[in-house]
Amino acid sequence: MKKRRIISVTVLNEHSVLSRISGLFAGRGYNIESLTVAPLQNSELSRITIVTSGDEKVFEQIVKQLHKLIPVLSVIEDEDLIEKETILAKIPIDQSISDIDALCKAYNGGIANANDKYIILTITDNPNRIDCFIKAIKQFKPKEIIRSGVIAIEQH
Amino acid sequence: MPVATTNKMTGAKMVMEAFKEERVEVVFGYPGGAVLFIYDEIYKQNYFNHILTRHEQAALHAADGYARASGKVGVAIITSGPGFTNAVTGIATAYTDSVPLVVISGQVPITQIGTDAFQEIDAVGISRPCTKHNYLVKNIKELPRILKEAFYIARSGRPGPVLIDLPKDISATLGEFDYPKDIRLVTYKPTMKGNARQITKLKDAINDSKKPLFYIGGGAVISNAYSEIRELIKLTNIPAIETLMARGICGDTNPLFFGMAGMHGSYASNMAISECDLLISLGARFDDRITGKLSEFAKNAKIAHIDIDPSSISKIVNANYPIVGDLKNVIKELLNILGDYDKTKTKKWLETLESYKKKHHFCYQDSDKILKPQWVIEKIAQMTDANAIISTDVGQHQMWVAQFYKFMQPREFLTSGGLGTMGFGLPAAIGAKIAQKKKYSINISGDGSIMMNIQELITCIQSGIPVINVILNNNYLGMVRQWQTFFYEKRYSNVDLTCQPNFVKLVESFGGIGFEVKTKKEFEKALKEAMNSNKVSLLDVKIDRMESVFPMVPSGGAIYNMMLN
Ligand SMILES: Cc1ncc(C[n+]2csc(CCOP(=O)(O)OP(=O)(O)O)c2C)c(N)n1
Repeated sequence: MKKRRIISVTVLNEHSVLSRISGLFAGRGYNIESLTVAPLQNSELSRITIVTSGDEKVFEQIVKQLHKLIPVLSVIEDEDLIEKETILAKIPIDQSISDIDALCKAYNGGIANANDKYIILTITDNPNRIDCFIKAIKQFKPKEIIRSGVIAIEQH
Repeated sequence: MPVATTNKMTGAKMVMEAFKEERVEVVFGYPGGAVLFIYDEIYKQNYFNHILTRHEQAALHAADGYARASGKVGVAIITSGPGFTNAVTGIATAYTDSVPLVVISGQVPITQIGTDAFQEIDAVGISRPCTKHNYLVKNIKELPRILKEAFYIARSGRPGPVLIDLPKDISATLGEFDYPKDIRLVTYKPTMKGNARQITKLKDAINDSKKPLFYIGGGAVISNAYSEIRELIKLTNIPAIETLMARGICGDTNPLFFGMAGMHGSYASNMAISECDLLISLGARFDDRITGKLSEFAKNAKIAHIDIDPSSISKIVNANYPIVGDLKNVIKELLNILGDYDKTKTKKWLETLESYKKKHHFCYQDSDKILKPQWVIEKIAQMTDANAIISTDVGQHQMWVAQFYKFMQPREFLTSGGLGTMGFGLPAAIGAKIAQKKKYSINISGDGSIMMNIQELITCIQSGIPVINVILNNNYLGMVRQWQTFFYEKRYSNVDLTCQPNFVKLVESFGGIGFEVKTKKEFEKALKEAMNSNKVSLLDVKIDRMESVFPMVPSGGAIYNMMLN
């Protein structure tokens, strides 16, 4: 059965480590829904969060193959992860700012900037709620919506 | 350039020093602009031998053949751009068969990387999927560590090729050479010892099973586990079969050995897989050339899978008893706890397999009018008295060698099993001869394959390496023709090789000796001369054009459905 999965990979920050990871997915035909990466605080490590989907067997192979890469320190495939995602959206200025602001607040976000043409708003929430927000914001005729990848952390 | 102080040296010199530390005795390579500093240091040193091949692919195969025959790490040096791309097939061949190599490729200077400079190519990018690991050296300070790590990674765990892409300016930069004593790789720790509980479970499974079978793969060669395996077979009375990569582990005269399995495997071995109730994989990886139709493979069996590479386990066939660890260690453990194993209980099972062996063994219709390739191979085994390392290319000849040569020891048979690389045989034989000077090094090739690296005959001459080449000449790309015969209604599309060089004159023009062979008598005479000559030689053996390899499992079919003749 195909299922959405999140994999968190901790790697050494070395030359072309990201292309090793993405190359592994590409070379073996695994799909990547989203991928985020940034260095971890005060270390030589980076954390890569990958959202993918596949059946149990494919997923098991992905995890094993990731472990096999030399710069990979750990692979976390915990079901019990807190996930967050961010979006930035650009709304024409002629829309109702107070309504937009209220909507953003409902999603723990707000207006990041405004100029003579557009309001830029941002929210950070879990991916399901982001989906809802995108549906809701549609009524304000967004010019552009940019969605980040997922970052995730184990609960325990 | 600053004057070198005693403890400072160039990157190129560091490479030499690392080779010395790692006890490298031979390097195969081909120079070029990006590795000029390295070649200058090679000129000055005197602890290893450098063999100049005539093509980078051959340098890699030669290093590979050396590694397979010796069990040590093979080393190759190539230049940037076309030097590197020529080497990719060799790197990929070693990767697929888990052969330990350290490959140093030249790269354009750091300052020019990314500018599409002359002879620039993204070596690290291209080789990512076919190396165990690779490095681009960006700073001279990293070089000693990288060299140390490369050798360690290449030979440990599941071995494989490691590439060091070394920019030209770094090979000329001075730095401190502190060769690390220890490896500090926090992220890389291969599992060597098998889990004790799992091994006990396997022991119980062996005790409980009525028709157990050892299925031995290339991992057995890599972990040097062959004496342990022989002991295990003897102690348990459990029958064994081998994959192509494991040929020689059991010893072909071992009464508990039932042959090679797979597409061109023995009837007995494929039936053994199909009927066993416990299949114990010792370093075999369930390649599709072995399993055939997966849903029919070992249908009645529980599967035990021992492998050092966790990603191999349950990749293709689900394992009931997965054990991650070095095979030699795991078998030693198993031998320790086996205890009072009832040796007699496999008696009936062995009788069944024995009857299969009698019913269909590898055979051929011999003839005195025309040479049969199988006869030639049997004759080679006989005349060399198993004192030879046999390398092959890819095709029918490869399968006939696997079927008809008597392999008594591991590392006697060098072949590209995983990638199936034509052009492997001759350069691999060069490497093998350097590794095992006292043995004959015989490349058994096809008339198609030999053309892929025939220029290496001159490498043999220049470096004084007496390789014997036996060409089983059927004027065809024989294996492809065989498939076209059975599966494409004899539409022989682009497999005819009746237009050929005069192989005898060709080898003579290189400075070797050549023989055209059409009869049994001529063959024996020619091989004897070749064996006594201590020169590179080539036997152009004209064989029956239409001979096919049997048994054959049509691709995608169940392995018990063999075409037997
Ligand atoms: C580099 C490469 N190209 C193509 C193939 C596909 N191939 C496999 S066997 C074969 C025919 C080999 O012919 P030959 O060397 O004459 O050996 P024979 O089968 O006649 O013994 C070919 C073309 C291959 N394995 N490797």
